[in-house]
Amino acid sequence: MTCLPQNGPQKKLGLVIDLDICVGCHACAVNCKEWNTGGHSAPLTDMDPYGADPNGVWFNRIHSFEVVDDDSDSRTVHFPKSCLHCDDAPCVTVCPTGASYKREEDGIVLVDADKCIGCKLCSWACAYGAREYDEDAGIMKKCTLCVDRIYNENLPEASRVPACVSTCPVGARSFGDLGDPNSDVSKLVAEREGFDLMAELDYKPTNKYLPPRPKQNENAVSDKPVSLSPVETEKAGLLARWADKVLSL
Amino acid sequence: MHPAKSVILFTTASGVGYGLLFLLILGHMLGVIPTDQTLALSGFCTAFILIVLGLLSSTFHLGRPERAWRALTQWRSSWLSREGILAIVTFLPTGIYGLWWAFFSSNHFAFLPVIGIAALLLCCATVYCTSMIYACLKPVAAWHNKFVPAGYLILSLSTGALLLNAILHLQGKNDQLFDMITIVLIIIAVVHKFYYWQYINENAGQSTVGSATGLGSMGKVRLLEAAHTEANYLMKEMGFKIARKHRQKLRNITFIFGFIFPIFLISLSGMISNATLSNLAIILSILSGALGIITERWLFFAEAKHTVSLYYGAEKV
Repeated sequence: MTCLPQNGPQKKLGLVIDLDICVGCHACAVNCKEWNTGGHSAPLTDMDPYGADPNGVWFNRIHSFEVVDDDSDSRTVHFPKSCLHCDDAPCVTVCPTGASYKREEDGIVLVDADKCIGCKLCSWACAYGAREYDEDAGIMKKCTLCVDRIYNENLPEASRVPACVSTCPVGARSFGDLGDPNSDVSKLVAEREGFDLMAELDYKPTNKYLPPRPKQNENAVSDKPVSLSPVETEKAGLLARWADKVLSL
Repeated sequence: MHPAKSVILFTTASGVGYGLLFLLILGHMLGVIPTDQTLALSGFCTAFILIVLGLLSSTFHLGRPERAWRALTQWRSSWLSREGILAIVTFLPTGIYGLWWAFFSSNHFAFLPVIGIAALLLCCATVYCTSMIYACLKPVAAWHNKFVPAGYLILSLSTGALLLNAILHLQGKNDQLFDMITIVLIIIAVVHKFYYWQYINENAGQSTVGSATGLGSMGKVRLLEAAHTEANYLMKEMGFKIARKHRQKLRNITFIFGFIFPIFLISLSGMISNATLSNLAIILSILSGALGIITERWLFFAEAKHTVSLYYGAEKV
């Protein structure tokens, strides 16, 4: 059934991604691919993997952005993105077959591989580009929030988190119930003023992003210039000013 | 957005088909078109062939076409599902109406007006559902507006009228009234198209790379390094650029071939007394209209910009 849970999901499991910490190492994407190519939506097919035009299914991608402020000071922000498991998930409601569904118990959005006809409409309805088409299987695939890890009693308890979270070497990714205001992840979002991506579309994404902290030098007292610029003639040393005059003759 | 050939054929062919059915049945009910068997057979067969062709082609781009029947199950939430169901249901009243008209019109059939009205409503509802498949998609600002359903309905009628006018002409049954109706419908369609183009020029989506990343308040955001070295599914499906490059030329082609030539050729054929030349003009009006509507639909898909492009180098949608 492609209607969304009527009273909203009981839990809202999701990720909190700290853009201040992420170093853009792509380890989360690699471990995601490694786990999921043997998991719930396996395989994550690669087409022409060793050829001239390789492409394949990835549930997690890291884009890097540059942000330049009004003082021309720039910084790099690494930006991992996977399915945001939206509360108001149009990828589910547009599905004509009932293959896409949002789980009532934890809000995870999944695809039933046996029902999907590969019409791709869900990938058009997703604003964030979270849906991935498997050309080989002819069906849509997507991030499962590692549904086959987080409840897996065969794994040690510490490993029962999504693969991307368990592998992040800098701890930029947190996993938990964002529907519970007292959970660690909800507190983190409140404390750091976490935000929704493209809030204007009102998809109510579960995953939250934490903004990069201000640069420390923004509060510094020294008037260190932001960029390197040539020294002005009047401020140059005696010899340099003399040389400038002679050479300008 | 990637303009899949199967989807272009589906929306244009089924649109013409439903427009033709609508005008045949309405014209028959109001008594403004001839009531003979040849017209019934040729008109309804042409419409059903176009609709079936459209529906079949819509399954060609599916990854698993053998499961297409499943698309009829989620009418509660999905416009695509509703479209599929209504398309099938519409065959019933339109089919009965066509059969009665072609073979049993000498017998009185008390329920015919009811069936006719049901057929008219279902034709409109099916085309409306087709348009809502696209109009319900928030990430594509060029589609998520009320011009889109109106455009699908109007173009379905105007292209249907163009085809019915040709059928009437080739059977020597046309009159100036239907020429006028066709021309008026085409003029409404072209006026709508201009308003739509103006609307999408002025109303790009609200989303920017700043809102897509949430970094907009910190400064000017631009993509520094892509997630991959190679293109991926999203870039191939949502990142179609050729149409935007040639937007104005393609709009001119749509305008001239889809609207201006057909109006000119219909008027011309009315003025020529030679039957062969008159029929030639009418056949050309159909070919020109077909080229125009296919360009229009190709452009509708290809020039629409999806918010995903914000993660792949676009600054705004």
